[in-house]
Parts: sequence; structure tokens; C-alpha cells
Amino acid sequence: MNLEAEALTGGFAQPVFNAQDIFRMVMDGMARPGTLKQVAVDIDPPAPLGRAAGALALTLCDQDTPVWLSAGIARSAVPGWLAFHTGAPQTREKAEARFAFGEVGLALSSFGLFATGSQEYPDRSATLVLEISNLETGSPLTLTGPGIAGSTVVRPQGLPESFLRLWAENRTLFPRGIDVVLAAGSDFLCLPRTTKITVKEN
Amino acid sequence: MYVAVKGGEAAIANAHRLLADRRRGDRSLPAITIDQIVAQLALAVDRVMAEASLYDRELAALAIAQARGDMIEAIFILRAYRTTLPRLGTSEPLDTAAMQIERRISATYKDLPGGQLLGPTFDYTHRLLDPALLADAPVDEPLRRAADTGPVTRVSEILREEGLIEPDGELPPDHVTADLTREPLDFPMTRDLRLQALARGDEGFLLALGYSTQRGYGRTHPFAGEIRIGEVEVELDVPELGFAVSLGRIQVTECQMVNQFHGSAKAPPQFTRGYGLVFGQSERKAMAVALVDRALRAEELGEDIVAPAQDEEFVISHSDNVQATGFVEHLKLPHYVDFQAELDLVRRMRREFEEARRASINPEAPREAAE
Amino acid sequence: MIPDVSQDNGLATYNFAYLDEQTKRMIRRAILKAIAIPGYQVPFASREMPMPYGWGTGGVQVTAAILGPDDVLKVIDQGADDTTNAVSIRAFFQKVANVAVTTRTVDATIIQTRHRIPEEKLSAGQVLVYQVPIPEPLRFLEPRETETRKMHALEEYGLMHVKLYEDIARNGHIATTYAYPVKVHRRYVMDPSPTPKFDNPKMHMSPALQLFGAGREKRIYAVPPFTDVVSLDFEDHPFAIQHFDKPCALCGADHVYLDEVILDDKGGRMFVCSDTDYCEDRRAHGHAGEMLAKEAAE
Repeated sequence: MNLEAEALTGGFAQPVFNAQDIFRMVMDGMARPGTLKQVAVDIDPPAPLGRAAGALALTLCDQDTPVWLSAGIARSAVPGWLAFHTGAPQTREKAEARFAFGEVGLALSSFGLFATGSQEYPDRSATLVLEISNLETGSPLTLTGPGIAGSTVVRPQGLPESFLRLWAENRTLFPRGIDVVLAAGSDFLCLPRTTKITVKEN
Repeated sequence: MYVAVKGGEAAIANAHRLLADRRRGDRSLPAITIDQIVAQLALAVDRVMAEASLYDRELAALAIAQARGDMIEAIFILRAYRTTLPRLGTSEPLDTAAMQIERRISATYKDLPGGQLLGPTFDYTHRLLDPALLADAPVDEPLRRAADTGPVTRVSEILREEGLIEPDGELPPDHVTADLTREPLDFPMTRDLRLQALARGDEGFLLALGYSTQRGYGRTHPFAGEIRIGEVEVELDVPELGFAVSLGRIQVTECQMVNQFHGSAKAPPQFTRGYGLVFGQSERKAMAVALVDRALRAEELGEDIVAPAQDEEFVISHSDNVQATGFVEHLKLPHYVDFQAELDLVRRMRREFEEARRASINPEAPREAAE
Repeated sequence: MIPDVSQDNGLATYNFAYLDEQTKRMIRRAILKAIAIPGYQVPFASREMPMPYGWGTGGVQVTAAILGPDDVLKVIDQGADDTTNAVSIRAFFQKVANVAVTTRTVDATIIQTRHRIPEEKLSAGQVLVYQVPIPEPLRFLEPRETETRKMHALEEYGLMHVKLYEDIARNGHIATTYAYPVKVHRRYVMDPSPTPKFDNPKMHMSPALQLFGAGREKRIYAVPPFTDVVSLDFEDHPFAIQHFDKPCALCGADHVYLDEVILDDKGGRMFVCSDTDYCEDRRAHGHAGEMLAKEAAE
């Protein structure tokens, strides 16, 4: 399929109900950090955008949300697909983005360039949707914080090396900070800024 | 035995049925048509369009009929419809200099290019009840003259040529027009956002505030530089076409107040402006908006903020009649859970008060058990 | 099954759950940020709803933005499913979203409420949507939004403590009985909406997600499940909830919030559960309070 045709297909078949369905998964995912969610809605975003990340974009992005795309995604058919299906403006400035999409293997040196909101308006901050290899076979991480009864364990595989350090820094900014969605194909889990991540012993 | 109150559903259905009956009234009279409301209650329609921020005479007339003539209720119905409409784009700024003028007056010049046009005004009518309306007596056709061609210079332009009035506010080229129906409100506001809030604000509230500035609560020394009513073209820029296309014409009322200003640390002595623009024919509203707009520029112009009309957060937070009526009228809703909590507290505090009083009358007596 | 709710008469049509999709996205984004920052009030571009401001438009917008065809909705006002405004809001969602409704707390996936939290313990997966009139807990101490926003930013809540302490100095105890302020996740002071303080402990570590919508004031805030919610108090004057001297006259329930019902004009009165579903359920299971027992004996 050529780039243009790819951009016009693969959206929601039933935009109203599909978006509601996906949103409820994201809402529950943010309310219960670390919970594994699976997107069953049949959409087909162009590579390298995964199905879960694509579904999130269709659900939450529009004219009012500038979107930042990592280099690999920006070079693909994704920009056309996003523009056609969501109308979201694309920006090269991380600070302007309300949503950011990163591809597998993205090197992250800092979260600091994404908007973290201000002390008065901590909600004016970015949500980063980060594609990784999978959510099941990585080394175990323990999550604690609001939304979690006691603690929970997740196993993301292929997190950027710097991720845990950047996340710890992100938490010190509270109430400012970014929120993260880890996506892998059809699966995703949410990490709101309140979630504490520690490497699980043994 | 006591049975918890039931039947809310039936009560509501019956109330709606009764309301429909009262709205229709005497069935032996013909029902009023939407066309009649549009044609004969045009100023009511204009107010509803203005405060609902939706330019559609038919729907506004429908709302008025449905609301039995209750204007705030009609505004509310139309707004609740407007809010569900998708936003397709932002029009180009209206060019009111190119207005097809029906009325245009200036209080600052005896005569001026384009002339003074009274138009369809109540101003010099004598407010005597007119029994001729009862008999539906024939009404003469209005006199017509050839339409003027070409734009009519605004009074503010005439003053500006002399350099005596502040320039029109220039916005940066990348400024996106604010819209309080799409963005959460945030203080302090930009002037475009404030003008939008005022344009849809309650006519009575703004009238009273404008009046208060004339009576010394935040004086602004206004002159009615110009009021014009007429039709203007609404254009939408379509990037795919590379030019703006016309969406049609709408009627608006524009008021430019010219305010004398002695200067401050922030601005030199000059005439300043207060601006009002509303849908339809509504001079009272446009003038009130212009007065309040100027009063609200106190901060920008370095004036002391001493009066309610100068207080942006106060004015804008309370100018919306749909919000105000909702919250005032919500006191009708049951509050018995909260009232129970307060009953309990007042009973307890009364008990403590009585105990303390008794103890002070007879400090020797042993304290009685409270209950 | 996709419910067909559009009514096309050529003049005015409405979307599923009334709101247009762009508005839903805006509200949904606000909800996600609200969950990520527990207790913080997210400004949102509240829409005009087809019911008056102050009558639950915030709650209705939140519910409309999250509601789907598989949900089961319960609406209560003052704890009751059959108060007129609860009936009206429930009917609204039946009309615009063709959604299943219930009065049973356990069967509901979404519960929209005004002024009460159900007595039944909520479970994971349920969402409690509160209707909020004045979301700002500091508003009656400082009317200006610009000022209260600064106080939240700086975590400067001294004014609130001073107010509560003045109560104690004047009355010997804190004289706030409803809308009693809480601190969420040890950071934001939050207004729990005008629920009686009796309900405050239910917010703490609840398995359900709690969302708050203030339509007229244009704010959305949230308490995620399993989150710290602590009522403000002082060491020497700890927070305490209301206690009723008698159990419910109909179902005999203890430790529930009661409504006072006037029976005659000679001072006769009885106290019954404010949560009508809870009360009916107990009676169906054979519990009888003083009033029912008396009638059975007659």
C-alpha cells in the first residue's frame, strides 16, 4: 500500500463507541497503574505505530492537542494517518506537545523537554506513549502509589536504559510531571506521575 | 405506615404535561408560528441569539416559543443546542467598516462622512400605548433610498488620523482567537476573550454595571463615538482554496465608546476606547458592553481598581445569566442530607449554650446531665 | 448492539450521550490528568448542558464522557434514587444513550451522586461520579480564583487550619458538618462536595474510582482507587463523624446516615436511612426497624 492510501485507512470503524471503549481502558489503566490492558478494537495504524498506541491517538488527540513524534515515527506514514484521522497538529517542539509518541528503542536522555505543567497548572503537561518490545518478559518492577492496593509487579521488556532514573526525577517534580503509557503492540499499561517504581529484589 | 416518597418519575411526567398545556394556552386561539416570532418579536430573537452565541433566527424563535417567552430559559435552550455543534473553523474578522448600514449615529460629531442615519429606533417614539395595534391596522411601507456604496469610515478612524485616540489593539500575527466555550477560563483574560464573555453576558447585569460607571463607580468619561447597526459579511478562509469564501451575512450592532483619559504612568493622555459588538439589533447591550469593556481595561491603562465594574474576575464570573440562574435556582433542589447535618450541629450547640448559661446563673449547682 | 439515539427531525440532532466527540475528548483528557494528580482541580471547558448549571451539569458531563453501551447507571440525590432530580438525570441518559439503569448499588458500573456516598462498600471497577457545586475548598475563605490557585500551588493551607481552629475556639469543636475538607495523597486539600462528613471516611482507600465534576465552575478532579484521603483535623480535636442515637426506624440499620422525617405537627418524627437502596435491600432480607416491628405486632 502506498503512503497516501495507508493514511486514509485503518481508523475506527465505529468512532463513537470505539473511542469510548478505548478511553475506559485508559481511564482504568491510569486509575490502576500497571494493570495490563489489551486493545481488541480492529484498527490498523501504519508501522511503526502499534495498535494500542494508535488507538490511544485516535481516542485522545484532535485539533486541540499538538503531537510530537519520534524520528522513526515521523519518517513513516504515521504523520499522514494521524492528520487524516485526528486532525492533530504535529510539532517538533517537545514542550508544545500534549501527547508524544516514541518508537521501540527510542533513546531518551531526559523527560525535561516535555511540558511538565506549572505549579499552578500541573495538568498542562504531556502524556508520553512509549512503544517497547513487550510488557510480559522483562525483569520485574514493583509499583506503588495511588490506585494500587499495596503494590503490584510489572515486567516491561525493552525500556530505555535511562527510564528508571528519569522516572525517579519525574516523581520529585510532583504535582508537576509527565504521565506515561507503555505500549507494546495491542497491549498497554499506564504510569501516572504518582506511581513509584522500584526494581524488585530477587 | 410511613412510605418513603416515591413516584418522582410520574410527578415529573405530569409536570411536563401541564407545562405543555400552559405553554399552548387557550386552544381556541391559533398557535403562534415561528415565522411570526422571527418577524414580529425580532428584538427578542436578537437577544436570544446574542446571549446564546448562536446566529440562527429560526432556532432562537423556536426557543422563545418553547420557553413561553422566558428569555433566559430561551437563551439556555439555544446554548444547550449550540454546545453540541462541531467547530468547523474560525471566520475572518468582520469588517464593520464595510457594513450595509441601517442605522448609524455619532454623538461626537454634528455631521460626518456617511451622515447620521436614525434607522428603526425607538429613541424618539413617545411611549404611549398604541391601540392601532389591537386592530392590526395597516402599516405604511418604509421610505427607501438608493443604497450607499462603499465603506463608511468609522469615527475612531477619523480621530486616529489626528493621533488623538489610541490605536486599535494589534494582536500578534500568530494569535489564535480565544473561545471561552472551548477553553477553560483563566484570569487575567485576554481582551478578545473578555469581549466574547461580555457579548454573551446578561444584558441586565451589564447594563447595571455600565450605569454604575456613569454614577462614579469607576468613571470612564465616555462619549458614544459611534453606534452602527447593519449587515456584514462573514468569511471563512479555506486554506485548500487559498482565499476566503463568504458564509453569508449577519446583522450586528457595534458601539465604539470614546473615553477621555488624562494619562497614567503606563499610557499618555489621549482618547481611549471601549468596544461592544453583539448579534442582531441591540444598542443597549452594545453600549453597556463598551462601557464595561473600557472599565475593565483599568489594569492595562494603569488606573486604580476601585469599583466593581473594573474587577475582571468579579464581572466575568457573574455576567453569565445561564450560570447565575442555574445556581440561584438550584436552591430548590433537596438539601435535606446537609440540612440534617446542620440540624444536628445546631441542636448540639444549643444544648451546650443552655448548659453554659445555667452554669453561669448558678455556679455552685452540680452540673446536670445534659440529656 | 449499537443503540440508535440520534433523533433526526431535520432541525436539531444530538450525538450518543449528548456531547459531541470533540467535547468528550476534551473532558476525557481532563479526567486522565485529574486521576494523575489526585485532588487537583483540572480546569475544563464546561459545556452548556440541557439542564441548569448547579443541577449536576458537571457530574452529567463526566458521566456522558465515560458512559458506554455496556454500562449500568445508578443516579442518586441525597442518597435516594427517586428524588426528582435523580429521576430526571437518569431519564436523560436513558434518552440520549439508551443506557441500562438500576437502583441497586452493587449492580451499577457508574453511580452519579449528589450529596451522598452509598452505604454499601463500593468495589473495584465501579466509578462514583460526584456532582459538585463549588469545587474550591478555599473559596469561602478567599473568593478570588487567582489567589486560591496560588495557595494550592504553594501548598499553603494555613488559612483553612485557622478557620477550623477558630471554630474550635468559638464552639469547642469544628462546626463544619458537610463539605468537610480532606487532604488527598498528602498533597491537595479537596472539597468532597456537600456530602455529610459522615461519608468522608468512605473516600479513604476506596476500591472504586471517584470522579468529581463541577460544571458551572468548570473543574474536574479525581481520587484514584486506594488513595489516602484524610479529613483535616487537629491532634487535640480529632475528626469525628456524626452519630445517631437510634437505628433506622424501617430497617434497623446502625452506623448509617439517617434522614429525619416529620410525621405530624405534634413533634412526631422518625429517622430512616438516607440511602434508599440500602434500606430496601435490608428489609428484603428480613431486617425490621422499630416502626416496621410495631406494625407487624399490630
